[in-house]
Amino acid sequence: MMRPRTKKILFSFSLLVFLFFYIPILFVIIFSFNDSKLGTVWTGFTLDWYGSIFQNKQLISATMNSIYLAVITTIISTILGTLAALALHRYTFIGKKSVEFLFYIPVVIPDIVVAVALLAIYGLLNMSLGLNTAVPGHVAITISYVMLVVLARLSSFDNSLEETAKDLGANEWKTFWKVTFPLIFPGIMAGALLAFTISLDEFVISFFTLGPGDNTLPVLVYSMVRLGVSPEVNVLSTIIIAIMFIVVFVVGLRMRKGGDAK
Amino acid sequence: MIRNFKKAYLLLSPSLFWLTLFLVIPVVFIAIISFTTNGDFGAIIYEFSTKAYTSAFSSLYAKVIWQSVWWALLATVVCLLVAYPFAYFIANAGKWKNILLLLVMVPFWTNLLIRLYAWIILLNNQGVVNNFLMDLGFIEEPLQLMYSPGGVILGLVYGFLPFMILPIYSSIEQLDKTYLDAAEDLGAGPVRTFINVTLPLTLPGILAGFIITFVPAISVFVVTDLFTGGKLLMVGNVIRDAFLVEMNWQLGAALSLLLMILVLLSLMIFMRFTSRKDRKLLV
Repeated sequence: MMRPRTKKILFSFSLLVFLFFYIPILFVIIFSFNDSKLGTVWTGFTLDWYGSIFQNKQLISATMNSIYLAVITTIISTILGTLAALALHRYTFIGKKSVEFLFYIPVVIPDIVVAVALLAIYGLLNMSLGLNTAVPGHVAITISYVMLVVLARLSSFDNSLEETAKDLGANEWKTFWKVTFPLIFPGIMAGALLAFTISLDEFVISFFTLGPGDNTLPVLVYSMVRLGVSPEVNVLSTIIIAIMFIVVFVVGLRMRKGGDAK
Repeated sequence: MIRNFKKAYLLLSPSLFWLTLFLVIPVVFIAIISFTTNGDFGAIIYEFSTKAYTSAFSSLYAKVIWQSVWWALLATVVCLLVAYPFAYFIANAGKWKNILLLLVMVPFWTNLLIRLYAWIILLNNQGVVNNFLMDLGFIEEPLQLMYSPGGVILGLVYGFLPFMILPIYSSIEQLDKTYLDAAEDLGAGPVRTFINVTLPLTLPGILAGFIITFVPAISVFVVTDLFTGGKLLMVGNVIRDAFLVEMNWQLGAALSLLLMILVLLSLMIFMRFTSRKDRKLLV
């Protein structure tokens, strides 16, 4: 349908966009193997920085904090988001439109507004900040994603299956665990994965609501990047990019095969 | 669907409780703070005052606000112009479609700070580009590539381009191809088909992309922070400094509230003009 010339132009243009995406990333990876401690002049190949980064205590504790936060966030928002999706899928009720609107707010709200609003409330209550004071914000911005992903899964399955189970004498509880839950489980997992990734990636809310001594990985990266180019950041970035690549391709290909969205 | 008020709210109550306690109430509290008086050492005196708003629109901060709106808008438009043909290409790439889409997902999921850092390696005064140009003798002094509005817009575009690509891609992919065939059969050329059929049908994707690109672009503080060392400011920088450095919570709260209003308005407009199916494009 597309004219060959149009197709050629689109192809070249898209190639440029891909280069735009990946050339900067490529340079980070290259310089992570650079011998020089300073700046961006290539002096020789080394793996030394990879060795030293695994002994960086700050980095290890920030990584553990990030994982801890992401796990807690995922557990809470997966449960809450799934329950909400069930309610919105099954029932009509007064105020449904407003509830739906409320769930879209965290999707579009600037993270800095959530962050300073929570900081202000903590200040009002004279609460001291720590690792756990970041949990409310992380959960608040991830519930909606879980809800929307599970809701998408729910709306694609056949309601008559539940009705059949009920007709055959299963009570509501049994119907849920034997029929509904197994059917929406892939959706719940996708939602959980999304919540986990968003929490792991979240910087602004953590930056404002963590205690002074508690770093997460993005907060630590921020404080390192502010100081300029350094081999440690090159290595750390390369590792994170590599993990992202693996996760995106493994999860992405599997989900595409399974026919799921996201 | 069943009408059941009680059961619905029983299932919804945990998340509504959480969102009310940790999102709605804090934001309302921010709204209240923005109308209080700033006391010594950042103390909040609960006396009505609109000083935060007058100072937000005073010459000092008004410049930052308009600058942010302008840069974010410019970056969003650039993203749109780049994303549409790009998404169109991917959506029509046949068996390569999924791989290409995953190649967009990698930068989408890689932390913004790391992706900005990648540009710092290229563009700073001792960066790859400046070194290259100086070695070739094109320039004597390093060019100030990052410390300019152009650098900031580059950072915004790089940071948020995937946000624009994904919803547009979804809306192009969902496009019913029979409409295109029909347009062609009725004698419309490719340009006319695009303007009269493709573009209107993918408008929800464009709208969704516009919102989820513009909102983070106008509120982000790390781009200006990392690229210009805080020499150029956006609203996000002012909010951060108001809360963490200057202890002028009223000003920070007022600016946050203005951002919030902007976002709610655009969300309402979006929900008004799109169907329920289209709302998935936001996520």
